[in-house]
Parts: sequence; structure tokens; C-alpha cells
Amino acid sequence: MLIFSVFKTLTDQRVTVELKNDLSITGTLKSVDQFLNIRLDNIKVLDEARHPHMMAVKNCFIRGSVVRYVQLPAEHVDTQLLEDATRREAAAQNKR
Amino acid sequence: MDASSNGIQEPFDLIRLSLSERVFVKLRGDRELTGVLHAYDGHMNLILSDVEETIMIVDHVEGAPEGHATVNIAKRKMEMLFVRGDGVILVSPPSRT
Repeated sequence: MLIFSVFKTLTDQRVTVELKNDLSITGTLKSVDQFLNIRLDNIKVLDEARHPHMMAVKNCFIRGSVVRYVQLPAEHVDTQLLEDATRREAAAQNKR
Repeated sequence: MDASSNGIQEPFDLIRLSLSERVFVKLRGDRELTGVLHAYDGHMNLILSDVEETIMIVDHVEGAPEGHATVNIAKRKMEMLFVRGDGVILVSPPSRT
């Protein structure tokens, strides 16, 4: 739930999603759901020469399970807030 | 179970105590990361900053004896990174050297 909230705060920011098949896509984060499925607009494939079939694709929906990394804009991430929220969530899990 | 009575009760506590510290992460696909840990969840999804990724590319030379593969290492840096938990093999706290 915590990471889902982080992605929600990053909507309309530019992110780079690296998939498990080594395809890297940069795009504007339009929406995210509880499975961390991601919708990107205005996408750009990093290595277009290696993935020519992606050239015509302008926006996409990425299944959460095929994501390896998402590179986030550091200036839009409050690391102190993240750490506090993580501790709070960990404490809530422990109580159960 | 009263988790607040002492420090470490369950494995995740080790990761919790590494928040805002530099950690070492081993991933599937011969990848390793070091970075400052800012967030994690029960899936071991992680958010790290100031990340250095090391990718080991092992080349098995045809006909070479066992254990004589050459290893190429690629490194790259990323400012802020979300890592999906299903690729994580281990998270290690900072080595205090």
C-alpha cells in the first residue's frame, strides 16, 4: 500500500521503467493501481535500435509483474517522509 | 507478541533498522545494487537512492574447461530507484568498516 501511495504522488512525472526483458521505457506516469500496473503516456524506448517494433507506440499499460526497476525523479521524492511512513507500516504489520 | 520489547523479533526488523543506511541488495539475473534504503514493504519492494548497479555478464567460452568462464562487469548509477520485490534475493545491512 505504501509503495502504491508513492507512485500515486508521482503521477504526471517523467519516469523510466525497466522491464525484466531489458526493455527500458521513459514516459509520463498517468496512473498506477494496487498491483503496481503502470500506464505511461508519450513514451520513448531507450534503445530504439534494439526494439524497432516499439517505435510506433506512443502510450502503454505495463503489467506490474514484468517490471524490474522504476527510475524516479529524485526531486519529487521526500526520503524522510518515506522512511517515517515505512516505519509506521512496519509497526502496523507487527501488531497483527 | 510484543515486538517493542526488544530490537529484533522477525527478519524484516533487520531491514527496518537499515532504513536511511546504505544497503547491499542481490537480485535475480546476476545483478547487485548498493544504495541508501528509504522504503520497503512486505513484498520486499524497495526504494533506494544514490544507487550503483553491478551486472555480471558471464561468458561461457565454447570448449573451455569447467569454471573458466570470463565475467564481464557492467556498472551504472541511478539517482532514485524503485526495485520490484520479486527480483530480490537478499538485502544486507551496511558493512561497518
